[in-house]
Amino acid sequence: MKKYRSWAFIPPIEQKAVRPQWLGFKLPDTNEGEKEKSGSLLPYGNGRSYGDSCLNVKGTVVDSRSLNRFIHFDENTGVLKCEAGVTFADILAVIVPKNWFLPVTPGTKFVTVGGAIANDVHGKNHHQDGTFGRHVLGFELLRSNGDTLLCSPDENKDFYAATIGGLGLTGFITWAEIQLIKIESPYIKVETTAFHGLDEFYALSESANKNHRYSVAWIDCASSGKNFARGLFMAGDHADHTPQGKPNKAVQAEPKLSIPFNFPKLALNRYSIKAFNALYFNKNSAMSAGTSYQHYDSYFYPLDGLGDWNRIYGKQGFYQYQFVVPFSEKATMEKILNKIVESGLGSFLAVLKEFGDVDSPGLLSFPRPGICLALDFANRGETTLKLAAELDELVIKAGGAVYPAKDVRMSSQAFKAYFPKMEEFKAFIDPKFTSDFWKRVNKES
Amino acid sequence: MNNNETAVIFGATSAVGQALSKIHAEQGGALILVGRDESKLDVTAADLRTRGASQVDCLVADLDDFDKHQSLLQEIENKADDIAKYYFFYGTLPDQKACEASWQESHKALTTNFLSAASLLTLIANKVETESKNKGDRGIIVVTSVAGDRGRQSNYIYGAAKGGLTLFLQGLRNRLHKSGCSVTTVKPGFIDTPMTSDIEKGGPLWATPEKVAVDIYKAAQKGKNEIYTPNFWMPIMLIIKNIPETIFKKLSL
Ligand SMILES: Cc1cc2nc3c(=O)[nH]c(=O)nc-3n(C[C@H](O)[C@H](O)[C@H](O)COP(=O)(O)OP(=O)(O)OC[C@H]3O[C@@H](n4cnc5c(N)ncnc54)[C@H](O)[C@@H]3O)c2cc1C
Ligand SMILES: NC(=O)c1ccc[n+]([C@@H]2O[C@H](COP(=O)([O-])OP(=O)(O)OC[C@H]3O[C@@H](n4cnc5c(N)ncnc54)[C@H](OP(=O)(O)O)[C@@H]3O)[C@@H](O)[C@H]2O)c1
Repeated sequence: MKKYRSWAFIPPIEQKAVRPQWLGFKLPDTNEGEKEKSGSLLPYGNGRSYGDSCLNVKGTVVDSRSLNRFIHFDENTGVLKCEAGVTFADILAVIVPKNWFLPVTPGTKFVTVGGAIANDVHGKNHHQDGTFGRHVLGFELLRSNGDTLLCSPDENKDFYAATIGGLGLTGFITWAEIQLIKIESPYIKVETTAFHGLDEFYALSESANKNHRYSVAWIDCASSGKNFARGLFMAGDHADHTPQGKPNKAVQAEPKLSIPFNFPKLALNRYSIKAFNALYFNKNSAMSAGTSYQHYDSYFYPLDGLGDWNRIYGKQGFYQYQFVVPFSEKATMEKILNKIVESGLGSFLAVLKEFGDVDSPGLLSFPRPGICLALDFANRGETTLKLAAELDELVIKAGGAVYPAKDVRMSSQAFKAYFPKMEEFKAFIDPKFTSDFWKRVNKES
Repeated sequence: MNNNETAVIFGATSAVGQALSKIHAEQGGALILVGRDESKLDVTAADLRTRGASQVDCLVADLDDFDKHQSLLQEIENKADDIAKYYFFYGTLPDQKACEASWQESHKALTTNFLSAASLLTLIANKVETESKNKGDRGIIVVTSVAGDRGRQSNYIYGAAKGGLTLFLQGLRNRLHKSGCSVTTVKPGFIDTPMTSDIEKGGPLWATPEKVAVDIYKAAQKGKNEIYTPNFWMPIMLIIKNIPETIFKKLSL
């Protein structure tokens, strides 16, 4: 049995898998009779989801990583067609030298195109460009009965909408066609501003987002008192030229530093997190307030340079909590931050970001207008789970949502509240497909 | 780094062959892909063109068909007059028990994994020997296996083919030394590819085709004689080769 896991190591499991090599393959037979044996199916991208949405312990995952070929790239129009297992890292290596860029990218380039569609991922430009799904011109969906459906905004529209953000449940995406954006340089012009408190963040975000394609803020979730909710706001745009003296490299090297082993449990405690936050905040607000030029790789993918950074949380893994609440719910956001600070469980990496009102194309897409916060919690068993459940209640009351790609614990009630189109979605699920996530959020309790 | 030399890939649709071709393509090189499945070759070629290959040609051939080897090499020569690298990646992993039960099975495995390569290499050697080139400009790179280092009951038909090929390459290296064409023998351990899809995988001994391809690319650029990949197989095989036969024959390997 092969080792498959999600990015946060919870739950740590052995997973049965098949790995098709060429398009035109057939999904494995899961006849009723042998259902117990080979069971159900679930596509697997590159395992960069934190929770159990990319796992199917009782069944089989269909590993897409050998389906990693480019099919066509039109350098004039920026239309790229490729197999679903191609990663964003591979795409960048091909397109950046030709002055094209991904329309939307998450905070790691090691995701596959299929995985990016299935979670309808968002990036730092959500306020202007919406989710990744909006830039998907079309794809082919392979169903377990052998049917292939061409899906686009014009053809099989219902399956198109169900599959984008569809958590891999509607079938296997074999290839996709995406529209890239034009750039002039691999560099990003970044403007960094320090802020203190949520009021300052909301004001900054509102004014900056009109003029900048990208924006994201780092926020301190460990400090209270006068340092409560302090942070750094970073607005960015593709530079219109490569600044003098900077190498015009398209791609940066593979991770230089990697975490070779799981950190001992004690490495991350509330003091080390606090110290890290203080250090990071002081270093960055002193050094880089103002304008600077950053290579896209370090701007978009700061963690990718660190190899298997998830190992710093040790063998017990960690939880990530990512939610969005409407703009009008600033008080809820404040309450949640307070709770996190009080708990002392917050991570050194909390990210605050505005989602704009560009519609997400998927029935189950997570992004919706409001402010979104993402942070890691070290795994302290019940204590961590209890905190997350309390936060869930606040998010539900505020009419917000929690991101399934980062989740391993939300209840079925919470999921239903966050994703009101769940019932409509069910009609498009492939009868042979399921995931551990899906079983969990459908469990009656 | 830019490297626009032309490489011929025998077995271009193999997992390791595809991974190696990608590296050449990313450097802007030209590729001639040889395989027996036309549609797989076309898909592979489209990928390599997008990744930056300056030129990709495909030739369809079942390499067990010895009668066509001469014309195949002629076609290759027609595609490019200056070939820098010849890579050999094709192969089969036969079922040892089936080989024991039927000479036909064994014969097939020996044909694909040894005789076919020996035939092609004979023709290629005769060609490169007559070319006047600088040392380091040309190389022949052939993937054999750690299985060829010592015969074991579980795998000796495949092992014999790969071991035979390894010896053949030693001789060829010696012969072509004068003409400046390097001959590189590549001995991988376990690689996670379709060839091993029936075997339970996981654990530190298994390598990805991408990792193996990087090792092969570097060895080819340097014109190395022989490499193990990943290189931890070298000490492992040193020990295995040195176990006295009186003991070895009693082991269940
Ligand atoms: C460091 C880091 C930063 C991140 N930052 C962001 C961010 O900024 N924004 C954001 O939105 N997300 C972010 N994520 C989450 C990540 O982008 C998503 O979880 C993404 O879906 C992972 O893609 P993957 O290819 O690894 O897919 P997996 O995690 O393997 O699978 C994800 C889902 O896609 C499905 N799937 C995979 N391939 C196919 C296919 N061929 N056909 C159909 N379904 C398929 C799976 O079944 C599963 O449901 C981040 C993750 C990490 C580790
Ligand atoms: N995988 C391992 O653990 C391992 C270990 C040591 C050494 N090796 C060696 O590494 C090399 C690459 O193997 P791989 O693991 O990448 O295997 P692979 O993906 O299974 O590829 C084997 C390739 O050989 C081709 N082939 C077989 N018979 C052929 C014939 N008669 N004519 C033309 N092509 C033929 C196949 O063509 P089709 O695509 O048309 O089927 C296939 O592309 C092989 O020499 C293998 O022996 C592998």
